[in-house]
Amino acid sequence: MLPLEQRIVEYIPNLRRYARALLRGNILASDDLVQDCLERALSRIHRWREGSDLRAWLFTIMHNVYANQMRRLTNGPQFVELTGDIELTDNTGAAEQQLKLRDLHHAIADLQNDQREILLLVSLEGLRYQQVSKILGIPEGTVMSKLSRARQQLRKVMAEPKPDHIRRVK
Amino acid sequence: MTYHISITHSDLQAYADGQLTPDRKREVEAHLKEHAKDAAIVEEYRQLNKDMHAIYDPVLTEQIPSQLSVQPRTKLRWRVAASVAWLMLGIAIGWQLQPTRLLLTENDNVFKKHLIQPAAFAHSIYSPEIRHPVEVMANEQKHLVAWLSKRLKSKIQAPDLTKRGYELVGGRLLPSIDRMAAQLMYQREDGNRITLYIRNGVWDNQVTAFQYSRYDGIGVLYWIDGPLGYAVLGSVDKEELFKLSEHIYQQLN
Repeated sequence: MLPLEQRIVEYIPNLRRYARALLRGNILASDDLVQDCLERALSRIHRWREGSDLRAWLFTIMHNVYANQMRRLTNGPQFVELTGDIELTDNTGAAEQQLKLRDLHHAIADLQNDQREILLLVSLEGLRYQQVSKILGIPEGTVMSKLSRARQQLRKVMAEPKPDHIRRVK
Repeated sequence: MTYHISITHSDLQAYADGQLTPDRKREVEAHLKEHAKDAAIVEEYRQLNKDMHAIYDPVLTEQIPSQLSVQPRTKLRWRVAASVAWLMLGIAIGWQLQPTRLLLTENDNVFKKHLIQPAAFAHSIYSPEIRHPVEVMANEQKHLVAWLSKRLKSKIQAPDLTKRGYELVGGRLLPSIDRMAAQLMYQREDGNRITLYIRNGVWDNQVTAFQYSRYDGIGVLYWIDGPLGYAVLGSVDKEELFKLSEHIYQQLN
């Protein structure tokens, strides 16, 4: 295996984490997205320039594949994706925290797609605003304002009372 | 001089994300010392970042599915052998894939274990079969659907896919983990076959949207509609599978 391919492999966990969060916890669909992204990356490996940021390049490809999928879906019949649920592990004294994280996951899933992408690239991947702006092909100022809107939306949702918190015991 | 500097919400956000220049960072730090409200916002953003890691980081340590490999494509024969072995292993161990503690696995795992995986396995066994692709042929269609309906204790129909170029070949009854399943097979003029896999299951009468997955070249489109789970499988592209599934779905409802 070429060293570059080896280096791409090292980013698979990151790509999977991002895709999983982006596709609202849907394991199969998100691994499919990663697979499409890897296939495309390999088919264009000759276009990658040594010295440029490999991770940013992979995320750019991931974004393009995702954007194409979204375009196809909105042009055709609507297929709503399932939001996978968080599995609660009880008896740990951390049930409240688990519920909070589950609510947060749902709140992130409900964000607009572009806001969710930006939030994940910054918060999970720790990418710089400028890198995110390049990946998504939008101005840096837009990255920052959409990020801010995403976070305010999450704050708002998380502050709402959640009456449906019934403790589930496994 | 800090009182001359205006600190915007963007600064607070960039500070929480660790994206400020050292100079600007010092200015924001000075500002935060005197503005508890802004300090609280920064703290909230940092906590949010931490919580997101708590939710999604378990994915990083999951075992990477074998289909996500960057290795040069191995010979088809080996890939088929490997996939069959893999599916067998899946059945043997009942898909005891390490579940991540926090992550969103419940529905996906149920569908995988009870629907997608047995459907893909059945497809890979019977769709290449030349002499005995089905148990009951299409010329006994009435008997076929009555029989399958009786055994599955649900109304099973054989949708007509001629408009999309597929003729019914027939169907069979299959064991499927804890219950029975039905497989209907359709064939295009060029010999390409798709199968419709139906079983009732453990999914509490949910209704889901169409979901797509792929197993070594076999596309799987599946959905749950009340007691029955459906999967449409074939070596056709995603769009074609969507169209077929739409067509099937409309006839069933």
